[in-house]
Amino acid sequence: MRRLGFLVRKEFQELRRNPRMFPVIFIAPVIQLFILGYAATTDVKNVPLMVVDADRSPASRDLIARFEGSPYFSVVGVTSRDGDVLTAIEERRAWMALSIPPGFGAMIGRGDPVTVQVVTDGTDSNSATVGMAYASSLISERAAELAAARRPPGAPRVGAIEARIRVWFNPQLSSLHFMVPGVLALLLMIVTTVLGAMAIVREKELGTLEQLNVTPLKRWELTVGKLLPFGLIGMIDVVLVVSVAVLWFEIPLRGSFPLLFVLSLVYLLCTLSLGLFVSTISDNQQQAMMTAVFFFMMPMIYLSGFIFPIENMPAVIRPVTYLIPLRYYLVIVRGIFLKGVGLESFWKDALLMLGWGVAVLALATMRSKKTLS
Amino acid sequence: MRKALAVGRKEFRQIVRDRRTLMILLFVPAFFLMLYGYALNWDIRHVRLAVLDREHSTESRKLVSAFANSAYFDIVATPASMREIERLMDRGEARVALVVPEGMTRDLQSGRTASVQVIINGDNANTATAIFGYAQAVAQGVSASLQLELAGGRAMAPPIAVQPRIWYNPELQSTLFLVPGLIAFIVMISSVVSTSLSIVREKERGTWEQVRMSPITTPAYVVGKTIPYFFISLVSAFLIIAASMVLFDLPVRGSWLLLLLAVSVFLVGALGTGLLVSTLVDSQALAFLIGLLISLLPTFVLSGFIFPIASMPAPIRIVTYAVPARYFLVALRGIVLKGVGFGTLAPQFAALGSYAFVVLALASVRLAKERG
Repeated sequence: MRRLGFLVRKEFQELRRNPRMFPVIFIAPVIQLFILGYAATTDVKNVPLMVVDADRSPASRDLIARFEGSPYFSVVGVTSRDGDVLTAIEERRAWMALSIPPGFGAMIGRGDPVTVQVVTDGTDSNSATVGMAYASSLISERAAELAAARRPPGAPRVGAIEARIRVWFNPQLSSLHFMVPGVLALLLMIVTTVLGAMAIVREKELGTLEQLNVTPLKRWELTVGKLLPFGLIGMIDVVLVVSVAVLWFEIPLRGSFPLLFVLSLVYLLCTLSLGLFVSTISDNQQQAMMTAVFFFMMPMIYLSGFIFPIENMPAVIRPVTYLIPLRYYLVIVRGIFLKGVGLESFWKDALLMLGWGVAVLALATMRSKKTLS
Repeated sequence: MRKALAVGRKEFRQIVRDRRTLMILLFVPAFFLMLYGYALNWDIRHVRLAVLDREHSTESRKLVSAFANSAYFDIVATPASMREIERLMDRGEARVALVVPEGMTRDLQSGRTASVQVIINGDNANTATAIFGYAQAVAQGVSASLQLELAGGRAMAPPIAVQPRIWYNPELQSTLFLVPGLIAFIVMISSVVSTSLSIVREKERGTWEQVRMSPITTPAYVVGKTIPYFFISLVSAFLIIAASMVLFDLPVRGSWLLLLLAVSVFLVGALGTGLLVSTLVDSQALAFLIGLLISLLPTFVLSGFIFPIASMPAPIRIVTYAVPARYFLVALRGIVLKGVGFGTLAPQFAALGSYAFVVLALASVRLAKERG
């Protein structure tokens, strides 16, 4: 135990000797959370829309005004030539185009049916789908008004169906509430895995591992001694980023903070042990970096359910996601933040995450023996 | 130039000796593209819908079948009460619920607005937003056709019809959207990862003194350090593109030469970014951390890879101009999916070129200072 204390003190001394590390460890994640928290919005709004108005009548201007007034679209130009649409979409200045045919106003005046064209750049399939739905609902709104105004005298007045849409668990449908906890989890993962990944391999590369080798330090003391200082750093990071999420982004913390804190420590155990494990299987820091980034961090980003729903993945891939600790942590953070639920609803995830962390730490400890011999 | 080549050769030999690094740089990107390209999609089809129809009239059935036939929704349950809906939603068995209240037809016929309720599980805001849009569109469509029917007593064409046209990706497959993004992401990360340790490693190992003393000019040294990684990454990038064509039917509609140019300019900028990081710090751990923080999440979030830039708040949109992947993605999607030419993409190429120039110049200046 005393030996462990010495190792921890040595690690802290080394950290202190590298003062540039601190701003990066503590301030960079906070700044990133600010920027990325706002940027990671899956809302579709301000879709740049090009309008081809071949009619230039009050009726066409009225339809355009509806698009201008909608928060979902931002009209980037009104033209009368069809060719402009192609250029604008090719240059990606516009994502959608509304094309009003000549005679639009006259046909509406006569009561003839008329068709407008909505062009969408399908390369961004998500925005295209949503934008198309918004556009057709704006147009059908106008159509419904016309239909109501046109009803023959004496015909019964007909009401419209209105969809009252309520969103549960996230009433403002704010992707902020959904994404900020995810970004928080990713930032913690990046900082702590990097610290862990460099820990042992650095000694190897600098040749100081030999020195540790001849001390009476036990294997588990080496891994735990490396883990503890980084764990402390990680804890400070947890408090920092959670404060930003709650105080700045005003994400309601509906569940218990102590529970969140304790489970975040379990998550840190996972990410740090993962880093240490990478450290023990690499010969130099560059290898450690590549292994960590490609084999561990990227799968965490893509396969954890951070943004891509796990239910959408093919059945072959879904089992793989159970190997990703971030998957469990995301369920936990989002559960505590958004739903205000506790262990009763995610105890399985918490348990699996804990088991994962302990297993990987044990693996790293076992591997560190081989590298020490 | 000969000296730059000598540095390049030395660096290359070092990479080749480290088998794992070389393998990771060359083949792992293509492997992961396969994995992710296959695993990821957010096509919103077959959303599980629960329907509670309290009205049971022709009109309400019309509404329900419009939802069922829309390709977006699958009716998975017809609960009898709100409590049952709550249970279905809580357990995730249904993600959307449609509640048609009693008296909908009566309201319609007497000219009042009939409200139907749509409940969406909002825990994934992304899918919820899309479902929100679909639900509204379906309801409005039915509303318009019912209004016409009830008013005219006969089937009439709607006053304004929408003719949707989707260009470049008519089936709106998310794979075609995501794969170019994955290409940009993987290329960016592997470049930054490969160079961000290159110079600081020499410092940490003590070989930096030798570099300082050698009679090579700083720009030549920078070029030499970048060249091997440039070619390795270029090979890896085209392996990824080839894999996407074979596996995901990614079309390359534009010119291959232009594609090569775009990838090259982007690569130089990305490698330069790593190099710059390497000159700014004095430990590999810190270089690793900074390299990841400036490349991993920004390329993922701020490039338009996944999150539409137009939807971001204005100050954040300004930040995205500093992310090279932003320009590369427009160029890549333009060349690959739209088949556009250099003229259209000139602004993107100019931005990528300037970015590459600036980071390499900064890295050279920093290095010149370090060498004293």
